[in-house]
Amino acid sequence: MDVALRNIRGNIERLFDKNLTDLVRGIRNNKDNEAKYIAQCIEEIKQELRQDNIAVKVNAVQKLTYIQMLGYDISWASFNIVEVMSSPKFTYKRIGYLAASQSFHPDTEVLMLTTNMIRKDLNSQTQYDSAVALTSLSCFISTDLARDLANDVMTLLSSTKPYLRKKAVLLMYKIFLKFPEALRPAFPRLKDKLDDPDPGVQSAAVNVICELARKNPQNYLGLAPVFFKLMTSSTNNWMLIKIIKLFGALTTLEPRLGKKLIEPLTNLIHSTSAMSLLYECINTVIAVLISISSGMPSHNASIQLCVQKLRILIEDSDQNLKYLGLLAMGKILQSHPKSVTVHKDLIMQCLDDKDESIRLRALDLLYGMVSKKNLMEIVKKLMVHMDRAEGTTYRDELLSKLVFICSQNNYQFVTNFEWYLSVLVELTRIEGSQHGPLVAAQMMDVTVRVQAIRHFAVAQMALLLENAHVLATAAHRNTMLEVLYAAAWICGEFSEYLPNIRSTVESMLRTRPASLPPHILAVYVQNVLKLYGRMLGRAEQSEQPEDVDGAMVEVNQVAELIVETLPAFASSADLEVQERATSALQLMKTVQKLQQRGERLGQELQELFSGELNPVAPKAQRKVPVPEGLRLDEWINEPSDESGDEPDAGVDYGVEVFVRAESRAAGPAAAERRYQPTAEELQKSREARVHEQTHNPHYLKGTVQSSSNNYSSMAGELADTPVQQLDLDVPLRIGGFANSDDYLKMQNRSYKASKKNKKKRSKKKHGAQKSSSEDEAPPVVHEVSVGGEMPEGARSSEDEKDARPADDPHRALDINLDEPLAPDEVLPVRAHRQPGRAPPAAAAPATTDARDRHKKKKKKDDKKRKSKKEKRAPEEERAEPAPPAAAAEENGRKPEDDIEFWLSDMPATATPAAAANPAGTAGPADGAGPAGTAEPVPPPKENGEPVSNGATKQKKHKSSKKSKKNKKEKSGRLLGYEEAVGISTPSHEVVAPGLSDLPDSRLQPLAENDRLKLLYEPRASPTDDDRVTVAVLVTNKSPEPLADIQLQLAASDAAELLEQVEPFSLEAGASRELLLPLRVREVTAPLKLAASVTSHTESGGDTLSFKLRLPCTALLVGQLDDKQLFSDLLAGDRLTARATCLVSEVTDDFNQVLRRVAFWGRHTVVEQIDTTASLYSRSICGDHVCVLVKQLAAGRLGIDGKGTNQQLLSNVVDELRAIVAS
Amino acid sequence: MIKAVLVFNNHGKPRLTKFYHYYNEEMQQKIIKETFQLVSKREDNVCNFLEGGTLIGGSDYKLIYRHYATLYFVFCVDSSESELGILDLIQVLVETLDKCFENVCELDLVFHVNKVHYILNEIVMGGMVLETSMTEIITRTEEQNRLEKQEGGLAAAPARAVSVVKNINITQQIKDIKLPDLPAAIKDLKF
Repeated sequence: MDVALRNIRGNIERLFDKNLTDLVRGIRNNKDNEAKYIAQCIEEIKQELRQDNIAVKVNAVQKLTYIQMLGYDISWASFNIVEVMSSPKFTYKRIGYLAASQSFHPDTEVLMLTTNMIRKDLNSQTQYDSAVALTSLSCFISTDLARDLANDVMTLLSSTKPYLRKKAVLLMYKIFLKFPEALRPAFPRLKDKLDDPDPGVQSAAVNVICELARKNPQNYLGLAPVFFKLMTSSTNNWMLIKIIKLFGALTTLEPRLGKKLIEPLTNLIHSTSAMSLLYECINTVIAVLISISSGMPSHNASIQLCVQKLRILIEDSDQNLKYLGLLAMGKILQSHPKSVTVHKDLIMQCLDDKDESIRLRALDLLYGMVSKKNLMEIVKKLMVHMDRAEGTTYRDELLSKLVFICSQNNYQFVTNFEWYLSVLVELTRIEGSQHGPLVAAQMMDVTVRVQAIRHFAVAQMALLLENAHVLATAAHRNTMLEVLYAAAWICGEFSEYLPNIRSTVESMLRTRPASLPPHILAVYVQNVLKLYGRMLGRAEQSEQPEDVDGAMVEVNQVAELIVETLPAFASSADLEVQERATSALQLMKTVQKLQQRGERLGQELQELFSGELNPVAPKAQRKVPVPEGLRLDEWINEPSDESGDEPDAGVDYGVEVFVRAESRAAGPAAAERRYQPTAEELQKSREARVHEQTHNPHYLKGTVQSSSNNYSSMAGELADTPVQQLDLDVPLRIGGFANSDDYLKMQNRSYKASKKNKKKRSKKKHGAQKSSSEDEAPPVVHEVSVGGEMPEGARSSEDEKDARPADDPHRALDINLDEPLAPDEVLPVRAHRQPGRAPPAAAAPATTDARDRHKKKKKKDDKKRKSKKEKRAPEEERAEPAPPAAAAEENGRKPEDDIEFWLSDMPATATPAAAANPAGTAGPADGAGPAGTAEPVPPPKENGEPVSNGATKQKKHKSSKKSKKNKKEKSGRLLGYEEAVGISTPSHEVVAPGLSDLPDSRLQPLAENDRLKLLYEPRASPTDDDRVTVAVLVTNKSPEPLADIQLQLAASDAAELLEQVEPFSLEAGASRELLLPLRVREVTAPLKLAASVTSHTESGGDTLSFKLRLPCTALLVGQLDDKQLFSDLLAGDRLTARATCLVSEVTDDFNQVLRRVAFWGRHTVVEQIDTTASLYSRSICGDHVCVLVKQLAAGRLGIDGKGTNQQLLSNVVDELRAIVAS
Repeated sequence: MIKAVLVFNNHGKPRLTKFYHYYNEEMQQKIIKETFQLVSKREDNVCNFLEGGTLIGGSDYKLIYRHYATLYFVFCVDSSESELGILDLIQVLVETLDKCFENVCELDLVFHVNKVHYILNEIVMGGMVLETSMTEIITRTEEQNRLEKQEGGLAAAPARAVSVVKNINITQQIKDIKLPDLPAAIKDLKF
C-alpha cells in the first residue's frame, strides 16, 4: 500500500515536471534564444536524473532523446539511459532503448554493463521486449556484445514468432560485421531462413545474404541455385529486386550463370508491371551482357530489348524514370555503344531537361556517342547549353565534359584542329569558370602535338594576348586568365609563325604587372625575350639592306620598350617574376650595347631558346633505364629522425620556386601565401597537380621553362623523334578569332555535297539527318602526333599489354588479381576481405572464457559434421570439395574461411560443381538436390521446369536419406565425368593419353664422368614408413668393360643405407639399375648424401664422387587412398602449417603445369576445377601435405600449402615453385 | 543498406533523424544541414534522386527523397537498394504515419517523435528493410501501444489527463499533409 501511495505521489509530482511536450513547446516558444533555453532544460534534466523515481528518469531520458536530435551530445547520460533500459516496464524500456539506439555507438563505455540485461530482454517472454532489444541492438552493437549475444540471437532465429525471427535475421548481419566468427556457425540457419514459411523472414534472409554477398560475391556463388529458385517462384517484388541485384553482382564472377539468367529475366521484363522490378531486371541483364560479352555470340535481342525499354523509361514524364533510364543507358554504353548511339536524339533532348541531375546523366552518355562525324555538332550543342546554363557548377561540368569529349583517345574524333582551337578560344569567354587551366593546357597540348595547326594557333593566341584586358577585367575569380599563360608561351615558342611580332610584344608589355598572377607574368617575361630574339634574327636576315635598316629601327624601338617596361616586372613581389625580369633586363642591355658596336646577335639570341618541344610519352619516366651501378634503394645519407616527415613538403616547395605555382587559379592574392604554404595547401596543390596531370597525360608539366633553357643540349636527342607533318589544305583565317560555327557549316556543306553524290547510288538515306552512316566520316584535316618521347634505352616491356581503356568491360572481369582465394578453391589460406569489418584483432582479446565456449561449440559442430560426413561417404569419394571448407575449420579466427566452409559444407557444394560443369549450369547449392549436380539443370526455357525441379529439391531436402541414395547412384557418373576433363589423377597412376610432355619415369641425372653416367629416381615407399628406395641407373659410357663397380654412400644422421650394394660389372654401353633402400630419419628438409662410385678397368681404378640429393618432394608419396581422408584432414585441425608462394610469368597452360607439378612434385590431384586444383601428398613419415594450385591473372600462379609439418611444407612449396618455374 | 533516414521541414529543422551508422552529434547536424541544402534547392518536379552528398556515404551513396507539404523525407542509401523501391518505402512510411496519426501533419512529428521512431523501427532495422507491408507495420505498432496502455493502467491516469489537457493547446495550423499520388508507373509495385 505504502509503495502504491508513493508511486501515485511520484506521478502527481511528475505532473509539474516538464515532459517532452512541454520541452518541445518551450523550444518553439524560445526560437530566439533556443540554445539558452535548451541549456536550461539540460540542467533540469540533470536534476531529474538524480532522483530515484524511475518515472522521472524516463521522462528525462525521453527529453534527452529529443535534444539529441537537435545536435546536443547526451553521452553524459549514458548510464541513466541504461537504467531506463533495464526497467521491467515495456513503456520505459522502449524509451530507454530508443535513447540508446539514438545516442550509443559501439565505443560507448556503458555498453559493457548491458550484456546481461540485453540477454534477459532477448529471452523475454514478451515478444515485444525482445523485439525492442533486437531493434535497438542493431544500432549500437559492439564487438563484445556481438560475441556474447550471438548465441542468443541465433536462438531467436528459430523462434516460433516470425516477428522475432525476421528481426533476428537482420541483426545477424550486424553481428557478422562485428564478430565474423559467428558467420560460419550461423550460416546454415540463415540459409534455412530462405525457405521460411513467413515471407517477411524470407525477405529478411534474402536481404542479409544479399548484403553479405555484395561484398564477397565469390563466397555466395554457391547459393545461386537457391536464389534462382526463389527468383522464379517468388512474387514478392522487394525480394525479387534484391535477388536480381545480387545476381547482377554474381554474374561478373560466373558468366555462365548470366547465360542462364537471361531467359527468366527477359521474361520478367516482359511480364512485370512494376517499374522498380523492371528497372532492376534491365540492370542485371546489362550486367550479364557485359560479363558474357567476351567470346560469346552477342545477345543482340536482349540488348535491343533493354535499350528499347530504357527508351520508354527515358521518354516517360516521370523524372525519376528518366533519370534511372539514363543511368542504365550509361552502363550499356560501356559494352554496346552502338545500341545507345541510335538514341542520340533522345539523349540530346535530355540535355535540355530542366532537371540538373538528368542533364548531368545525359552528359555522361554523350562522350560515348561521339564520332568523327557528329563531334562538331555535339560540341556546338554543348556550347549553346553552356551559354544558357545558369549555374556555374553545371557550366563547369559542361566545359570539362566538352574538353574531355574532344580530347578523349588522343583527339580521336577531332578531324579539324582549327575548329577545336577556335572552340577553345570561344571557351575563354565563359565567365567564372574553374577550368581555365584545363583550357590552357588543351591549347598548349594541341599546338605542340598538331604541327600543322601551329600557324593558326599562334595567330589566335596573338589575338588573345591583344585582347587580354577583356579577360583580365572579368570577374576576379576568373581562372580563364590561365589561357594567357598558354597564349604567351605558344606565341613565344612558335614565334616563327608569328607575322607581326612587334604588336604581340607590345600587347604583352602593355599589361599592368599587378593585374596578372605571377606565374603568367614570368612566362610573359620569358617569351618577350624569345620574341625579341626572333625579331632581331628576322631583321638581320632580311635580304635587302634597306629592309634591314627599316627593320632594325623597329627592333630597336621594341628593345627600348622592353628595357623601359621590364623594371616594372622586376619589382614584382614574386620571386620568379623578379628574377626573370632582372636577368632579361640585363640581357637586353647587354644586347643593346653589343648592337651599338655593330655586332649581329640575332642568331645567338635565338639559340638561347631554340629546340623542339615534343610531348613526352606517358610512360617515359618509368622507362628510363637505371644506369649501371646506381642503386636506388640505397640511402645516400642515412635519414635523420627529424627530417623524416619533411621531404615531401620540401620537394613541393622546390617545385613552387622553380616552376609555376600551385594554384594558378588563386590569382595575385596567392603571392603572399606562397611563402608559407601550410600542409593543407601543399596537399591541395599536390592534388591539383595530380588532377591536372591525369587529365593531360601527354603534356610535360611544370618543366616548360627549364627545359626550354636546356634545349640546346637536348636538341640532339629530340630531333630524331618522328613527328608527323601534314600539309594544310584549308585556307587560314587570321583576320580575327575564328568562329567554330564556320567549321561546322563547312563540314556540313561538304557532307551535303558528298551526300548528293551518294544519293545516286543509295536511295535509302534520309536527308534530314546530317549524319547517318558510320563509314562517311569527315576527312581528317589535321593529325595529332600520338607517340611521345621515350628516354634512350627504353625497352618495350610487357606491362604495356594492359593498355585497355578504363571502361573496357574486361576490366570488370579482371577480378581475382590479388584476391587470394575464391570459395570454390580448395584449401584456402587467406580469403576475401570482409566489408567494413572490425579487424579480428579486435575480437582477439576476447576473454578466454568466451573463446573456450566458442571452441566447445565448434567441437560440437565438428562432431555433427563428421557424423554427417560419414553418412555421406560414398558421395564424398568423388572428390567432393569439402576441403575448402575443411581448411577453414581448423582456424576459428579466420572468418573468411568460415563462409567458405559453410558454403562448401552444403552437401552438393554447388560452387565447384557449377564451375566444373561445362554446360554452364550451376549445380544446386542445396545439397539435397543432387540431380542438379549430375545433370545440367534444364534451361529455363522449358517453362515451369526449373520451378518443379526446385520443388522436388525442396522435398528432397526434407527427406535427405532419399537424396543420399540418389547421390550414390550418381556418383559413378560423376567420377567418369571428372576424368573427362583431362586431368591425370596420379592416384590412378595413369597418364591420360596425349599427355606426352611428361617423361615415362622420373629419372634424373645424378652424376657423370667419362666412364659412367648415373641417373637416379627416388621412390618413396607408400607402405613402409620412413623408407625410400633410390633407384640408380648406372650406364657404362666407356668403350671398355668396367669391373668391380661399387657404390658407396657415406654414413649420415639423416639417412641410412639398409642394404649394401654388391659390386658388379658392366659391359661397354650396358647399364644396370641399382636399388638403394634407405631409411630416412629426417624428411622435413632436402637431403644431401655424399656418395661415390668406384670402378675398375684394366687400365686402373676410378672414383666418381657425387652428392645424392633427395629433395623433400622425393620423399613424398603422392597417393590418396581415400578422399575422405583429404576432406577430413582439411576439416580437422591437424593442418597447422601453412606456406604460400606466387610464381609469376607462368606461360604454360595450366593443365600442363598441373601435370608437371603432380608428376615431379609427387602429388596426387584430388580435384581440379578449371584453373584451380587441389593436390595431396604425404611424406614417408606420415606428414600430410595439401596444396592448392591456382592460376591467377597475368600469368601468375598461386601455390598455397597446408600441412602438418611446417618445415616440410615450406620446403615442398619451394620445390613446387621451382617445378612450376622450370 | 540504408545509411540514414532524415525528416526535416522546409526550413531544415530536423523532425526525425535516424542514423544507421555512427556519427557524432556535430557530424549529424552537418549532414542534416548539407542534405537540406542539397534537397531544398531542387524544384518539385525534378527527379527524386540526388548524388553528391559529401558528408554521408560517398560515391556509392545516393539521397532518395520525397517532399510532402512542409516535410522532406530523405533516405541515404547505397547501391544495393533499388531507387524506386526506396521511393515506395518512403511512401509506405508516410502512409503509415498518416494512418497512425490520422491525417499526419508536421506537428504530429514534432510532438510525437518517439512514436514516429517506433513506426520507423518497424519498417527499417539497422539499415535494412524489415517490413514493407503497411498492415503488418500498423498491427505491430498498435499492439505495442496497447501493451503500453495496459502497463500505464491506473497509475498513469493522472499523467495522461494532464497531457491531454496540455495537448489541447496545440494549434491546428497545418493539419494536413497532402499525400500526393504515387506516379502511376510505380504504383503497382506490390508488397
